[in-house]
Amino acid sequence: MRIELEKRPQASVFYAVLSPFIALVLTVIAGGIMFWLLGKDPVSALYSFFVEPLLDVWSLHEIAIKAAPLILIGVGLSICYRSNNWNIGAEGQFIMGAIAGSIVPVVFHEWHSPLVLPLMLIFGMIGGALYAAIPAFLKANLNTNEILSSLMLVYVAQFFLDWIVRGPWRSPEGYNFPVTRNFAPEAILPEILDSGRTNLGFVFAIVAAVLIWFMMRYTLKGFEITVLGQSERAGRFAGFSSRRMIWFSMLLSGALAGLAGISEVSGNINKLQPIISPGYGFTAIIVAFLGRLNPLGIIAAGLFLALTYVGGEAVQLTLTVSDKVTRVFQGLLLFFVLSCDTLILYKIRLVFPGRTAAVAQDGLQGGAE
Amino acid sequence: MSVAGASAERPLLAVRNLTKLFGTFAACNGIDLDIQPGEIHALLGENGAGKSTLVKMLFGVLAPTSGQISWRGEAVSIASPSAARKLGIGMVFQHFSLFEALTVAENIALSLDGTIPLARVAERAAELSRAYGLPLDPKAHVADLSVGERQRIEIVRALLQNPQLIILDEPTSVLTPQEADRLFETLFKLRAEGRSVLYISHRLEEVQRICDRATVLRHGKVTGACDPKKETAASLARMMVGADVPHVSAAGTSTKGDVLLEARHLDMPARTPFAVSLKDVSLKVHAGEVLAIAGVAGNGQSELFDALSGEYTVADQNAVLIRQRPVGQQGITARRLLGAGFVPEERHGHAAVTGMSLSDNLVLARNQSDRKAFLGGGVLGIIKYVAVRLASRRISEAMDVRKSGDDPTAGSLSGGNLQKYIVGRELDRQPAVLIVNQPTWGVDAGAASRIRQALVDLAKSGSAVLVISQDLDEIFEVATEVAVISEGRLSDIYPASALSREKIGLLMGGLQGQPEALTEAAHAH
Repeated sequence: MRIELEKRPQASVFYAVLSPFIALVLTVIAGGIMFWLLGKDPVSALYSFFVEPLLDVWSLHEIAIKAAPLILIGVGLSICYRSNNWNIGAEGQFIMGAIAGSIVPVVFHEWHSPLVLPLMLIFGMIGGALYAAIPAFLKANLNTNEILSSLMLVYVAQFFLDWIVRGPWRSPEGYNFPVTRNFAPEAILPEILDSGRTNLGFVFAIVAAVLIWFMMRYTLKGFEITVLGQSERAGRFAGFSSRRMIWFSMLLSGALAGLAGISEVSGNINKLQPIISPGYGFTAIIVAFLGRLNPLGIIAAGLFLALTYVGGEAVQLTLTVSDKVTRVFQGLLLFFVLSCDTLILYKIRLVFPGRTAAVAQDGLQGGAE
Repeated sequence: MSVAGASAERPLLAVRNLTKLFGTFAACNGIDLDIQPGEIHALLGENGAGKSTLVKMLFGVLAPTSGQISWRGEAVSIASPSAARKLGIGMVFQHFSLFEALTVAENIALSLDGTIPLARVAERAAELSRAYGLPLDPKAHVADLSVGERQRIEIVRALLQNPQLIILDEPTSVLTPQEADRLFETLFKLRAEGRSVLYISHRLEEVQRICDRATVLRHGKVTGACDPKKETAASLARMMVGADVPHVSAAGTSTKGDVLLEARHLDMPARTPFAVSLKDVSLKVHAGEVLAIAGVAGNGQSELFDALSGEYTVADQNAVLIRQRPVGQQGITARRLLGAGFVPEERHGHAAVTGMSLSDNLVLARNQSDRKAFLGGGVLGIIKYVAVRLASRRISEAMDVRKSGDDPTAGSLSGGNLQKYIVGRELDRQPAVLIVNQPTWGVDAGAASRIRQALVDLAKSGSAVLVISQDLDEIFEVATEVAVISEGRLSDIYPASALSREKIGLLMGGLQGQPEALTEAAHAH
């Protein structure tokens, strides 16, 4: 028996919608096998991973807190990916946004004003955008591969953060720990519900997703993004510039990643420290693809990936498995999403050589040429 | 079936009931074909008639779904191109597979058994090229050769295998008339040696001139087998198209209006190592004129289109003028706003985004020129899809675009229908200047005549039309003026009535710089 891929005459809308769900099911099955191999009961492990966090108000708030940066970054990345700009460095833009936004509460910590928070958010966006401007400049002017340049800049950002919290910005009241001083109350994003810790960052995420959904769905700018992503030549014919699109998409996604960074620091951590992200910038890539690069899909995907973080923490405690389980689940999910996407463009056929000789031969020779 | 007398002359190749299905679509449907030894056999048909699929099955590239192929009376299954070569079938594809950086001899050696030394290959190739009148220098680099010379490499490569049947796929589509004549002489020599040639073409005149028999395909079926010399061009066309093709009524001699499109000493350096640079191109198109630019593919046509459309701008603002306004440094949007419309050669991924709907593809070309009608919400630029769909429907009706559903994706339309839409998209604006590159490339005869008529009508209504085309028939159908592009240089502009095919052929060969040759050619007529 042989498996054959046959190209569909037209992309299947049915599978475009269904593919993430098939991927979810396959991820859960593969995860169950993994728990079983680890010697845990797969059913109860999957239950405490995927279901228990949804039954508790506290963990629902945790999911919202973790979903916020994933959604913010994910919608920005969706613009990049739709326009064929492969920004892999959102993690670095997240960190630089957090650092730039922290200038006000750390360096000017004696200044107290209601303007502190808005300024922090604006600086955060500028910081992320400027950091994304580096790969944008390199790509637009020197034709440098943005996948490599943006990815490598992540490590630069991580070490810069490490240096700044150990060096110039280390808190004098921090007992020599590598942290900045704690943010003053007016520098902290307010919580939005009485029942828990969810802060304004979640609102930013939803608003950004809805605005970008509107842009993609109804405006000429969204049309331009789609056209340039599908065919640069057709975009040029339409009068659109792929160079300007590099700048637009990279700056926009950098700004959103920077906003996510400062929101996380301001709303959740309340200071800078060597590690401020459990890999949100990378996980957001999975979020973007799981959400079909559609901002509304990204909201759902962001919530789901946030669940894998919270669920991962839960099984770590209840079943004493490694915290790497979360990363394994996220990796499996991306793998299955990308594989299932094959179904959108191809039909899968099983070929039994004995019975349909002519068809099998045909396929072989087509492949040989 | 052959008559009794032919049993002595057993067909070299006999095909019975050959069928190839792609999914449920029958590209070839029960084809019968006999090729006798020592004949030039034409395979005629429009684009999409199934010619290429049929020869791919004969050459072992595709496997038939059902049916039978016999070679010298024995049933054979041709599993691969190398099996076909072993039987004695050689093929020259329409698109060459040559390495530009290697020499002629190296390219030939690549297709042979690796044990033969290069010097021997070069010697043998030189011998063959002399014997068959295919002048070729084995040591030349392919990148430096013309398309005609590259084709000779492919032919020599096929001949080295000593084939009994040589298949040529649209061989003259890339040649000047003179190069084509030379090719025909080679074919006659091959026939005199008792070899057979399967000659694929849609050019009726050629087929009548050189072929002994013809098999006509339409929609994957044989619609006729005949002696082309006994048919008229019209009767062959009927077999090919299935109906009479309407004639395009020419633009005629209208009085010259203002100059609407002009290029003045337009230079543009080549963007890539294999592109052509434009050198000192000057042209004028008046209102009411159709200027056709003839030339063999790859002589700067697409570069000229890019420079005139503004997809790539030039340094000299005065090098391009649209309605007498200098626009050399301005992009395509500014030129559209001055009333120009553009139809590029490549439909998929240039003139249209295949995965997008027709209405989206309307926004593609007219997002600024029709800003008022198609966009709302001020700076937000919200696309008014209702208005766009209505306009799209209007275009489809005006150009008789056949499609499934109201607003299908561009990729789901056939080449001819998509081209009608793309041309209609510009005509719908009544552009003052229309620049079209290869308007009917790969388009069926019905759609082609519809498009040509539309171009002529647009010029009659007072617009300036510039058509870049490789198809001389098309040029003589639509043009009022003709110029020829060769190696990035444009010839003078001649009235269409004053030019013969021969003269265009000489200009295509780049004889612009040699006035005596031209005058000689002009005197000959």
